[in-house]
Amino acid sequence: MSTQTRPAPGGATTPAPRTAPSTPAAGSRPGRWWHALRTYRPSAQLVPLLATLALFLGMLQVGGLRYEGFTSSQVILNLLTDNAFLVVLAVGMTFVILTGGIDLSVGSVVALSTMVAAWTLQDGWSPYAAIAATLTVGTVLGLLTGLVIHHFDVQPFIATLAGMFLARGLCYLISVESIPIRDDTFFFLASEPIPIALAPWQGGVVIGLLGLGMLAALVRRRSLRSALVPVLVGLGVGMWVTLLLMGDPALTTTYSVVIALATVAVAVLVLHRTRFGRTVYAIGGSEASALLMGLRVGLVKVGVYAVSGFCASLGGLLFAFYMLSGYSLHAVGMELDAIAAVVIGGTLLAGGRGLVVGSLLGVLVLGTIQTFISFDGTLSSWWTKIVIGALVLVFVVMQRVLTRRQP
Amino acid sequence: MAHLESVKPTSAPAGGPPGDPVVAMDDISISFGAVRALDGVSVRLYPGEVHALMGENGAGKSTLIKALTGVYGIDSGTVTVEGRQVRLASPSAAQEAGISTVYQEVNLCTNLTVAENMMLGREPRFLGAINTRAMNRRARATLDRLGLDVDPASTLGDHPIAVQQLVAIARAVDVDAKVLILDEPTSSLDADEVEKLFTVMRRLRAAGVAIVFVSHFLDQIFEITDRMTILRNGRLVGERMTADLTQLELVQLMIGRELEVLEKLERELDAEDAGPASSEPVLRAVGLGRKGSLLATDLEVRPGEVVGLAGLLGSGRTELARLLFGADTSDTGTLEVSGRRTRLRAPRQAIDRKVAFLSENRRSEGVIGDLSVADNMLLALQATRGWLRPIPSATRRRLVDEYIEALDIRPADPDALMRNLSGGNQQKVLLARWLITEPDLLILDEPTRGIDVGAKAQIQQLVADLARRGLGVVFISAELEEVLRLSDRVVTMRDRRKIDERSNVDVAVGDVLEIIAGDARAEEVGARA
Repeated sequence: MSTQTRPAPGGATTPAPRTAPSTPAAGSRPGRWWHALRTYRPSAQLVPLLATLALFLGMLQVGGLRYEGFTSSQVILNLLTDNAFLVVLAVGMTFVILTGGIDLSVGSVVALSTMVAAWTLQDGWSPYAAIAATLTVGTVLGLLTGLVIHHFDVQPFIATLAGMFLARGLCYLISVESIPIRDDTFFFLASEPIPIALAPWQGGVVIGLLGLGMLAALVRRRSLRSALVPVLVGLGVGMWVTLLLMGDPALTTTYSVVIALATVAVAVLVLHRTRFGRTVYAIGGSEASALLMGLRVGLVKVGVYAVSGFCASLGGLLFAFYMLSGYSLHAVGMELDAIAAVVIGGTLLAGGRGLVVGSLLGVLVLGTIQTFISFDGTLSSWWTKIVIGALVLVFVVMQRVLTRRQP
Repeated sequence: MAHLESVKPTSAPAGGPPGDPVVAMDDISISFGAVRALDGVSVRLYPGEVHALMGENGAGKSTLIKALTGVYGIDSGTVTVEGRQVRLASPSAAQEAGISTVYQEVNLCTNLTVAENMMLGREPRFLGAINTRAMNRRARATLDRLGLDVDPASTLGDHPIAVQQLVAIARAVDVDAKVLILDEPTSSLDADEVEKLFTVMRRLRAAGVAIVFVSHFLDQIFEITDRMTILRNGRLVGERMTADLTQLELVQLMIGRELEVLEKLERELDAEDAGPASSEPVLRAVGLGRKGSLLATDLEVRPGEVVGLAGLLGSGRTELARLLFGADTSDTGTLEVSGRRTRLRAPRQAIDRKVAFLSENRRSEGVIGDLSVADNMLLALQATRGWLRPIPSATRRRLVDEYIEALDIRPADPDALMRNLSGGNQQKVLLARWLITEPDLLILDEPTRGIDVGAKAQIQQLVADLARRGLGVVFISAELEEVLRLSDRVVTMRDRRKIDERSNVDVAVGDVLEIIAGDARAEEVGARA
């Protein structure tokens, strides 16, 4: 504990000022709003998120200026279609990293999942049984890793490294060759286009609802200053997405995207609205404290690896939809892409701070880099790695600066 | 809490207040390997009392607390809560039994909100989903009940330590705790913050909570507690009413022997009082300052002189010490060490100029728990020699043995792991670390904080001896009595600057307090004008 952090002692008996509804400029309504805007200080959790959002939109802007059609609705939507599996992986990884851990096994588990799915289908299993088997394998692997980490007090890095080799090795045990997937259900899930374009009147309704919802959120919040900017940003993003969906009447997406977005939504609810989720954050903040608070640290620590294992196998299924084959060499190094997405999305590697939505944005940023390269045509695909490397570095340094600013 | 109707009369017989204890621990024994940490200790806690747990470091206080909070299992003995015998197998089991704890280091998660820290694990839920608004409302109600004005939705890490500590207490009482254990809650608080804590404690006592209070500050013990249980070396010494004891008697019960050392020291220092030799200063700082932490400050320390820095937490005393050692770099002013002008950019340069600094953060900035006592001791010496010139093993042995004996470090085993030592002994090892480098100037920042009375006396004695041998010493402590007992000159800090300097002839604690307070009054007047 450092003495520098505390305000000068003396008569001050109320050390913590309430985020005041009674700020000086509380007079006229626009004046109040302007004051709230001007004095807004995003929490340390939101700064990286806003930065990632700005980065993503900025990249789209630059791409739109340089290449024709870069910002067309379908291209932007394809960012999700092409990276749905990575979104799901990043969600699982966010759980793990929030507790201060890491999961290096997810890339191998993706490969194993494609193998298990392809192999069981080849063996004549029903597609639903194949999907259930795949999800079970991944979840059980994650669960076992978690048990090892918790009960033998093994470094997550080492335990999941073991899991990474194990899962990759199991792939070869199933088959050295690539196994094609020819199942109709998988085919359907992989390529059936879902029309999601909004007619103008539908778009109008959506925007209206958004506005109403945001207003309600503002009214409910005690502190205008801390709520105004996030609400405005949310409103802006919501309107932008709606306009995108209205932009092209032939717009379609796939079930993979639906599954990925559903995963994100469920993860947000779990992390913020359940005791499990809050314990995840508590462990990341201070595991010893969480233990002394009487929280179920063991259960949650094992749980996050099971969640990550589940997400990895679900991501593996989406990857199988995408590739329509099972292969031992699928998804080599994908765990690192997932970690990069989580870091770029603003989650602190030390744990305790970060948002799933950030990880979604992180994946979109990675996707945009790839789109850049395919649109340009002259750039080598290795530029993807270089840019990702630079971005991860920038974001890690930014996190460092932000946490240092904290008392 | 309301169902506990027993009210403690103000002057109950020493046998304890009437009614039944809310918690009774009988004949508790706990061993770690061959070491018997607790040997047949019994404690009774009654509703509506503040109960002090007294003893030196290593007397078994922490072990007893950890047994009561379910962190340690007990080997033999029984725990009875409200007449029912219970087994406290885990922290959550203890919490369910109504026993809540606030530890010395704030054990909360700074990344979560105040409300979450108070409610985590028992949040109001609807269909499994946490109801944030209800949670904030309930947190607000509890905070109001304790008279705390803190926004439940704010992030805990944004608040100063004192507020975090009060939030920890709010968490502890939110469960309708029957027993609240406060383990050294005041060790990092200022006087007015302590007062705030006591106000909260009094409210809880009135509401019928049994509070266990552990503190090294005897004044606080006598101010707030009703009854106490005294331990020594893992054994029960006795259970007393606070009102029946004087401070002297209490200290005698706790330590017996070492008290004489303190008294002897007092006599010696009084007899000495000749004042230091007026030779060249070993350190002279002129206008030393650093943006945001210390305004320009002058300071001189002569050989054989102890300069005491008095002031409240955050007054700039630690900041000044860090500048003198180069742990922070100064923006303004000049520094002369042994007559040579220097600019300290790193502690390494200070060490080369024979300046030593004992940080106030013993645990994070001093102790290396997984190294042995010997390794910890030799660290600074090795650093001054550079890594290419190892210390011969014979020299190592000799130095380490010498200092273990000289400072009476226990266990007297050079290979003992540092983290297994008590706080007082760790502090002595750290002191030895710097003494081995044979410094000319020793800066001690809170060297006696959080260590027991016996070790405290020994360290004070040592400081006096060192000064007599010609060392210049800068002595920082929150305890004014201690500063005044040891110092030749007293420098008072306030609001990041030096406000007073006087030689320590018949200066009383009240004088220094008046200087600190008087300046505040003057400033208020100035601000109004």
